Amino acid sequence: MAAPQLDIKYVAHLARLQLAPDEEKKLGAQLDGILGYIEKLKELDVAGVEPTAHAGPLVNVMRPDEVRPSLPHADALRNAPAQANGLFMVPKIVE
Amino acid sequence: MQSNSMFGVRRSAFGVSFLNPMLNQLTISELTARLAKREVSAREAMQSCLDQIARVDGKIHAFISYDAADALAQADAADKTMAAGTTPAQKPLLGVPVAVKDVFAVKNQPLNCGSKILGKFVSPYDATVVEKLKSAGAIVFGRLNMDEFAMGSSTENSAFGVTRNPWDPTRIPGGSSGGSAAAVAADEAIATLGSDTGGSIRQPAALCGCVGLKPTYGRVSRYGLVAFASSLDQIGPFTKNVCDAATMLGVISGHDPRDSTSVPQPVPDYAAGLTGSAPDGPSIKSLKLGLPKEYMIGGLDAEVKAAVDTAVKQFEKLGAEIVEISLPHTDYGVSVYYIIATAEASANLARFDGIRYGARVEGADPIELYCRTRGAGFGAEVKRRIILGTYVLSSGYYDAYYLRAQKVRTLIRNDFLQAFEQVDAIVTPTSPTAAFKIGEKSDDPLQMYLSDIFTISCNLAGICGISVPCGFTKNPKLPIGLQLLGKPFGEETLLKLARAYEANTLWHREKTAIVN
Repeated sequence: MAAPQLDIKYVAHLARLQLAPDEEKKLGAQLDGILGYIEKLKELDVAGVEPTAHAGPLVNVMRPDEVRPSLPHADALRNAPAQANGLFMVPKIVE
Repeated sequence: MQSNSMFGVRRSAFGVSFLNPMLNQLTISELTARLAKREVSAREAMQSCLDQIARVDGKIHAFISYDAADALAQADAADKTMAAGTTPAQKPLLGVPVAVKDVFAVKNQPLNCGSKILGKFVSPYDATVVEKLKSAGAIVFGRLNMDEFAMGSSTENSAFGVTRNPWDPTRIPGGSSGGSAAAVAADEAIATLGSDTGGSIRQPAALCGCVGLKPTYGRVSRYGLVAFASSLDQIGPFTKNVCDAATMLGVISGHDPRDSTSVPQPVPDYAAGLTGSAPDGPSIKSLKLGLPKEYMIGGLDAEVKAAVDTAVKQFEKLGAEIVEISLPHTDYGVSVYYIIATAEASANLARFDGIRYGARVEGADPIELYCRTRGAGFGAEVKRRIILGTYVLSSGYYDAYYLRAQKVRTLIRNDFLQAFEQVDAIVTPTSPTAAFKIGEKSDDPLQMYLSDIFTISCNLAGICGISVPCGFTKNPKLPIGLQLLGKPFGEETLLKLARAYEANTLWHREKTAIVN
């Protein structure tokens, strides 16, 4: 059973990844191969099997709703590629 | 030959230390004993490692960078602490040089995860494991090379060059923690720290001939570890022997409120369970070792199989009972992993968007900025996995892929839990082959993925695993690793078995020629 064709342009856009045309082609082919291999999972009967999201015993780990110190402002900005007035700079979002 | 200096870090003075040229070759226990007796100083030990790095890292490139001045300052501080009376009992790693994979936050040091996309990032805080190492007195230094964002099995995917296997520089060291394994094998550090998501500690340990331990999921806090796959990642040590691994595990383990997946399980004295035993190791009489029939299969190299068979006989001689078991869903592990891990990675790597940190390529609007930044900043393997992960989570495909993979994950986990009702631990090869040549598998991602077959299910099941040296291939001489898998929080039994085997063999004592 063949894997459905991966629409690489669409998925790359979902992932906000710009690919060069030759990258698109190469990656597309490699991913089709990988998806072809992964098809073997469809052999298994998983009726009634609960999914495992993580293999640990913990659920809903909470802490008291108390204010605690967070990363100081200056530290948070320290690695910013572009900043102004103590804020991260971004390109215009709305006209 | 000067190694890469991308962040303006200062290198140690050239030349060999004539005071104690062998200190870098010691184990943690050997070094801490000599430090405690004041036979040597922490500074001399750190200098010895720096000298070794100057001598060999040009050939193997385990380090992306290191800050020699900072390392020596930490060593001096350790010497002062020792002079003031602090003992190894209080700080078990006092004065011990420990290098770390470039995936851990170390305050005021660069953090790149082997990628271009983090640019000139400098960590504003220490990871919990780094805090713990420092509290235990360790000298935490260096940025060890890795596959980009921990995605790979060969350390060929780094944006900072390939790391070479110290046993044969034309071959890979394994991955993704290739630098961590190579640095221990080449005596550039006394111990190192790495991370394991699908085998990234155990496999390079096997290929480089050192000990690599992946604790149970939740044993060690992931706070400050850059996340690849949050339900699979775990931090662990690379060491020269099993006792050192136990010491490191004791230091880094423990509940951390800053990691909501870290388990509030008490930390036993892992090292005490092993030390003080007779020279021929702790008793493992009547412990049951499972041999999964699905693992001794086709693609397994003949020399690897022979080494593991010999090791199993050795366990029998030491009194363990070998039981054939079945892990029926073994064959589905790689498929499940490459759905779940890539799905989680696609979410975790969404934060690299050129806004708050890292490299940035400008755009007319934010979306263009993201697309260009991420397109330019990520390497091919990372892009491959992000796209795969995004696809399996996307509308219309989520049930067929991600949800189904999670259900098969349950089946895989149950295979192990059922097996552990019959046996105390499971023994397997770590890797189907010894180290392959650089470039041999880099064009065929699926072939690369399949080489993880023995290590991958351990992460899916959340159990613990260790790789120890168990032999060498003939020609060329390359290390072979034996893997032991233990129950959740079964590290004590795992370490006992590993130590018993090590105490009765000499594999772990062999050094590659590069070291001398």
